[in-house]
Amino acid sequence: MLTILFDGIAYGMVLFILAVGLSVTLGLMNFINLAHGVFAMAGGYAGAMLVNRAGVPFLLALPLAFLAAALLGVLVERTLYVHVYRRSHLDQVLFTIGLVFMAVAAVDYFIGSSQQFIALPDFLRARLEILGGNIGAYRLFVVAVCAVIATLLQVGLSSSRFGARLRAAVDNGRVARGLGINVGRIFTATFAVGSGLAGLGGMLGAEFLGLDPSFPLKFLVYFLIVVTVGGTSSLTGPFLAAIILGIADVAGKYYLPGTGPFIIYAVMVVILIVRPYGLVARSEAR
Amino acid sequence: MSAAVEAGFAHFRRRAAWRPLEYAFWIAVVASLLVFPRRLSFINEVAILGLFVLSLDLILGFAGIVSLGHVAFFGVGAYAAALFGLAVFADPLVGVLVGGATAALVGFASSFLILRGSDLTRLMITLGVASLLYELANRLSWTGGANGLNLAPDPVFGIWSFDLFGRTAAIASLAVLFLLFLLARRIVHSPFGLSLRAVTENRLRAGAIGIPTHRRLVAIYTVSAAYAGIAGALLAETTQFVSLDLLAFHRSADALVVLVLGGAGTLYGGLVGAIVFRVLQDVVSDLTPQYWEFWVGVVLVLVVLAGRERLARIPANLYRRLGLEGA
Amino acid sequence: MAAALETVGLTRRFGGIVAANAIALRVEEGARQALIGPNGAGKTTLINLLTGVLRPDAGRIALAGRDISAMPRHRRVKAGLARTFQINQLFPQLTPLDAVYLAVAERDGAGARWWRRSGDDRQHVAEAEALLATVGLADAATTPVHVLPYGRQRLVEIALALAARPRVLLLDEPAAGVPEGEREDILRIVSALPREVSVLLIEHDMDLVFSFAERITVLVDGAVIADGPPAEIAADRRVRAAYLGEEPHG
Repeated sequence: MLTILFDGIAYGMVLFILAVGLSVTLGLMNFINLAHGVFAMAGGYAGAMLVNRAGVPFLLALPLAFLAAALLGVLVERTLYVHVYRRSHLDQVLFTIGLVFMAVAAVDYFIGSSQQFIALPDFLRARLEILGGNIGAYRLFVVAVCAVIATLLQVGLSSSRFGARLRAAVDNGRVARGLGINVGRIFTATFAVGSGLAGLGGMLGAEFLGLDPSFPLKFLVYFLIVVTVGGTSSLTGPFLAAIILGIADVAGKYYLPGTGPFIIYAVMVVILIVRPYGLVARSEAR
Repeated sequence: MSAAVEAGFAHFRRRAAWRPLEYAFWIAVVASLLVFPRRLSFINEVAILGLFVLSLDLILGFAGIVSLGHVAFFGVGAYAAALFGLAVFADPLVGVLVGGATAALVGFASSFLILRGSDLTRLMITLGVASLLYELANRLSWTGGANGLNLAPDPVFGIWSFDLFGRTAAIASLAVLFLLFLLARRIVHSPFGLSLRAVTENRLRAGAIGIPTHRRLVAIYTVSAAYAGIAGALLAETTQFVSLDLLAFHRSADALVVLVLGGAGTLYGGLVGAIVFRVLQDVVSDLTPQYWEFWVGVVLVLVVLAGRERLARIPANLYRRLGLEGA
Repeated sequence: MAAALETVGLTRRFGGIVAANAIALRVEEGARQALIGPNGAGKTTLINLLTGVLRPDAGRIALAGRDISAMPRHRRVKAGLARTFQINQLFPQLTPLDAVYLAVAERDGAGARWWRRSGDDRQHVAEAEALLATVGLADAATTPVHVLPYGRQRLVEIALALAARPRVLLLDEPAAGVPEGEREDILRIVSALPREVSVLLIEHDMDLVFSFAERITVLVDGAVIADGPPAEIAADRRVRAAYLGEEPHG
C-alpha cells in the first residue's frame, strides 16, 4: 500500500515536471501548445543517446538533457512559434499538431520505433526497505529531484524579480508591458525553462513511462489533464492535479488491473463537471 | 414594398438552390464506380472518410466547435454495429442505424461537458473521451481488445451480399453518404442552420434575439456524432472488421487536416478534401509510412504560418465562383 | 396596475465594488423613460442584469407582473424584453435580412425548424423586410453586415431588437458612435415607436434625452438617486452635483 502510494507520488511528480512548462506558457500567452510532449521526447532521447551511446554518466546526462530540450525550445520558439501567438486557438492546435507529426515521423524514421531504455547507474537500481514498504531507489531519487525542482520553481516564482515580472505578465500582459516589462523575452525564457523541464522529465520518466516516438501523443492527454484540472494561475494547482493523477493511475493499475487509465479519465470527467475551470481556478477563467 | 419582399425571397432561394457544378460532382462520384471497377474498396474507404469529415464540418465549420476527439463517435458507431451484428441481428443497415444511434447517445451525453468551459477544456475533454474509449476497447474482453472483432453481416436488403470486389460496399457507402449529405444540406439552409451561424458569429447577440444557444449547439453536436457513428458503422459492415485503429487519434487529426485544407463550412470542402487526401496518401504511403505523416505535418505548419483564413478563402471563393457552394 | 418592468432590491457586486445597489426601478406601460448617470454609474450592468447576461446577488425582476429573475436570457426575450447593445453586437457575415428574419422566426418559435428552407415562411420574410424598411435599411437588406458603415449597422442593431416585438425595449446608447448626420435617423426611429412598446433609453446625449423622455431615472454609483419628469430632474441639485462638470445640455 505504501509502495503504491509512493509509486503514485513518483509518477505524479514526474508528470508535474513534464507539464509545468505547458501550464505556465498557457497561462502566460494563452497559447495552446500541443507539441509540448515533443520537447519531453527530445530530452528523453538526448539523455538516452548520451548515456547509452556516449557513455556519459547518468547524473551528468540529466542536466544535459534539460539543456538540450531548453535549447530546442528556444530555437523553435524564436523561429516558428513567434508567428502564431496572435492566432486563434484552432490555428495553434493545427500548427502544434503539425509539429508533433513532423517530430514523431522524423524520430521514427531516423531512430526507429522501439522503446528506449536508459541504463541506470547501480546505486539507483537498488531496492530499499523503508517504513515497512519496498521502495525502489530510482523512485526515491525521482521524488527527491522533482521535489527540489518544484521547490526551486515555487521560490523562484514568488521571490525573484524574474518571478515577479512573470507573475505580472501572466496576470495582465498589457499592463505589464505598460510597466516596461519585456513580455516577449520573459516568454522565451519561460518557454525555454518549461521545455527544458519537460526534457528532464522525459529522461527521468523513461524508466517507468516508456520512451518511444509515440510519447508526445500518448501523454498529451495527461499533460492537458494536469493543466486543465490544475489551472494555469499557480504552481500548486498543477502540482496537486499531477499527484492525484499519478496516484489514481498507479492505484488503478494495481487494484483494478482490467481498467488501466480508465480511472484517470473518469476522475477527470468528474472534477471537470464540478469545476469546469479547474481545481484552483481564478474567478475569471480564460 | 412587394418588390422588396420578392427580392427577399429570392435572396434565400438563390442561396439554397442547387448549382450545376453540384450535380456534376455527384454524377462524377457515381461515375467513378464505373470508371474504376477495380478500386471499389478504395472508393468505399474514401466515401466513409468523406462522411466522417462531413460530420466534423457540421460542428467545426457550422458551429465553431474545435474537437480533437471526433474519432470517438466513429469508433463507437463501428463497435456498436459490430457487437449488435454479432450478438443480436446481422442485418447491415440495422447495424448502421444502431451505430449511428449509439454514437448520437454518446455525443448527446458528452455535449454537456464539451459545451462549457474554455477552448482548452473542450480540446482536453474531446481528447480525453476519445482516449477513454480507446482504453475501454483495449481492456474489455468483449470488444476483442487489440485483436479486434470480425463480423459477418447479412446481405443488404437480403439481396446484395458484401462481395470480395467491394461493389456492394462502395454502392452502399456512397448511397448513405449522399442521403446524409442531402440531409445536412437541408439543415444548413434551414432556419436552424441560420441560427447556428448566428450562434457561431456572435453568441451573445444570438441569445439576445431569443435563440436558445446551448440547446442548438447540443442538437448539432448530437447530429454530428450520429453522422460520425454511421461512418464508423459503415466501415465495420463493409470491411467486416473492427479494431482499436478505429479509435486512434490520427483519425481525428486527419479529419481535422482534411477539413481545414478542403474548406470548413462549405459542406463540399470536406468531401473534396477527403478525395484528394486519400488519393495522395495512397500514392505517398507506398514510399514510406513515416513520409506521409511527416509531410502532413509540414503542410499543416506551412498553412497556418501562411495564414489559414486567407488560404481558406481561396477554395471558398473557388467553390463560390464555380457554383459549388453547399452552404 | 403592474408596471411593464419593475425591479426590487436588485443588487450585484464585483469583488468589493457594488455595481448595483438595491435598485428599485419602475418602467410603466407605454413609458418613454431615460436612464442617465455619469460614467461607471452601473447603467450597462443594470441592463445586463435585466436581460439575464449577469445574475444578481439579490433582488427580483418582474416583467408585466411576471417574475423573470430566474429565466435564462432567451426566455426573457420570448417574454417580451429586448435590448440593443452599446457597441454593435451583430453577425458580421450575415445580411441584415438574414439576421432580422432569424429574429422574427425565433420569436414565432420557427427558429428550430431544420426541415424547411429559410425563407419559405413568407410571412416572416415579409415582416423582416417591413422592419428593415422602417429603420431605413431596405436598400441594404442583402448586403453583408460587415460591409455596412457603422451608423447603418447601428440601425440593424435596433431592427434586431424590434423584431422580437418586445413589450419592453432597453436601448443602450443607441446613438453611440454614430456620426452627427446620422443621429437624426436614430432619434426619428426611437420617437416613432408605438406606445405598446415601453422604452427605457440609456443615453449620454442630453439633447436626445430631454427631447425623448417623459420620465428620467438617475443612477449614480449603482443606486437610483432621482426619478421623475425631466423638468424636475433638470432642477435637482443632487443630479447637478453628480454630473459635476457636465452641463444638462451637451
